[in-house]
Amino acid sequence: MGGVAERGEAPLVEQVFRDVYGQAVATLTRVFGDISLAEDAVQDAFLVASDRWSRTGIPPNPAGWIVTTARNRAIDTLRRSKRGAELIEQLVPARAVSTPLDFSEEATMVPDDQLRLIFTCCHPALRSEHQVALTLRLLGGLTLDEVARSFLVSESAMEKRLVRAKYKIKAANIPYRVPPDSELPSRLRSVLAVVYLIYNSGADDSERGALRHEAVRLGRALEELMPDEPEVAGLLALMLMNDARVPARTVDGTLVLLRDQDRTLWDQAMIAEGQAIVRACIRRNRPGPYQLQAAIQAVHCDAASFEATDWAQIVELYDQLMGVMPTPIVALNRAIAVGEIEGPEVALAALDAVVADLNDYHLLHAARGASLRRLGRLEAAKVAYLRAIDLAVTDQDRQFLIQQIEGFSGDK
Amino acid sequence: MSQYLLSTYTSTEGAPTAPGSLEEMGAFMSRVIALEADMTSTGTFLFGGALHGPDASTVVRAIDADMIMTDGPFVEAKEHIAGFYVIEAQDLDEALSWARRVVDAIGRPIEVRPFQATGRAADHMPEMPGA
Repeated sequence: MGGVAERGEAPLVEQVFRDVYGQAVATLTRVFGDISLAEDAVQDAFLVASDRWSRTGIPPNPAGWIVTTARNRAIDTLRRSKRGAELIEQLVPARAVSTPLDFSEEATMVPDDQLRLIFTCCHPALRSEHQVALTLRLLGGLTLDEVARSFLVSESAMEKRLVRAKYKIKAANIPYRVPPDSELPSRLRSVLAVVYLIYNSGADDSERGALRHEAVRLGRALEELMPDEPEVAGLLALMLMNDARVPARTVDGTLVLLRDQDRTLWDQAMIAEGQAIVRACIRRNRPGPYQLQAAIQAVHCDAASFEATDWAQIVELYDQLMGVMPTPIVALNRAIAVGEIEGPEVALAALDAVVADLNDYHLLHAARGASLRRLGRLEAAKVAYLRAIDLAVTDQDRQFLIQQIEGFSGDK
Repeated sequence: MSQYLLSTYTSTEGAPTAPGSLEEMGAFMSRVIALEADMTSTGTFLFGGALHGPDASTVVRAIDADMIMTDGPFVEAKEHIAGFYVIEAQDLDEALSWARRVVDAIGRPIEVRPFQATGRAADHMPEMPGA
């Protein structure tokens, strides 16, 4: 982090904004019980800050400064309406209102504020794309423009999405709290799914790498806030070990298979962190889908070369994963792993078993193509790859698949 | 506190809402009665009811000075509202857990929808001039 001095004040202020946005919105949402009011107040406070800080420098506790300023702004806004004035009486004790620019108990940031807000944003009563947009905007501190670009929609479409989601939170009175233990497992699943979806939205696309970093940051924050939930740790480990291999996953924008990756490009520090988390999870012995997926990645990261991969252990982990998450995608990945031990014929049979479920998924056809090629059935392989090309979503995937066909046209 | 409409739908073409045999009917009714007793003792129950079918409904419109009545329903659809509860709950989570209990009692899906306001409009507009 030696870049502070040469980065200059303006970008530094921007960095501070991004770091404190989620905290500040979460704290003010707790104090005022209203997300839109909290957001507006924080944005007002940023305006004041960017003007003042350019003259006076960044204060020692920028987050506290923003929260206090935003709180006072929100109170001013509320005072202007009669109903708001009544609300203030209920929400903020008199002494807090009468002491502007001072820390009140209510506006003191507690880490739980962010946890409460993420459970609100990821409430299952909201549709998935709204959950993701809210989480990125409110907790990630991404600008509207950044969130819109991440999901390839216009700024106005994303704005509408956010407005609708916030409307529902308010109208339906979606609570702002960490769910009780009885509901926690199912509610936590939806939070973890949102974070992982954010991660995957940024995967294999350097343009959207910010989403990966944001997902990892959220994963870290969750892990800190819920240290007793092994699945939270499992998700963080899974993202870290995926992220560690991003530099090797493409060369000049072209996908590189795990088999062919330059493993020296893998980020060993991230891998070590992920593997340490996996080991801690194994000691806890409360396995779940994210921990098992992380364990599979840990085995891959352990191997010095593709040939040195402990496939038997990977298949065993996939068997366990099938036990808790019997989805066709898991079956597909298991089939590929089995093929590395028992050969392409067995893999092909296992892949054919999930064709009915995944007929529209390009990677299934790509995997079938690879197995058929290894069996020397080049015509059938080509048909499978062409189907995969048809179904592929990104140009990068299509390009890769076309290269596969070109590659084996020379096979015997 | 918020108020919610918990409504259930029935299909004109599908299976009837109420169970067939006398025993099933008895079991159904005792589940519903037990649920409503819990709703009442917790202060959740505000109002509720089962509706006659859409064949029994009438739509009223005003065209100029005339009142026009037509055989209902207002919207021709496969699904119609069959019954509802109006409940008071702390927040959506509490309303959802009551909805879950209604689903268990009647064996049908429930739509949970928040009220913008309930009661008399005048109660919400104390500052209306002349009110």
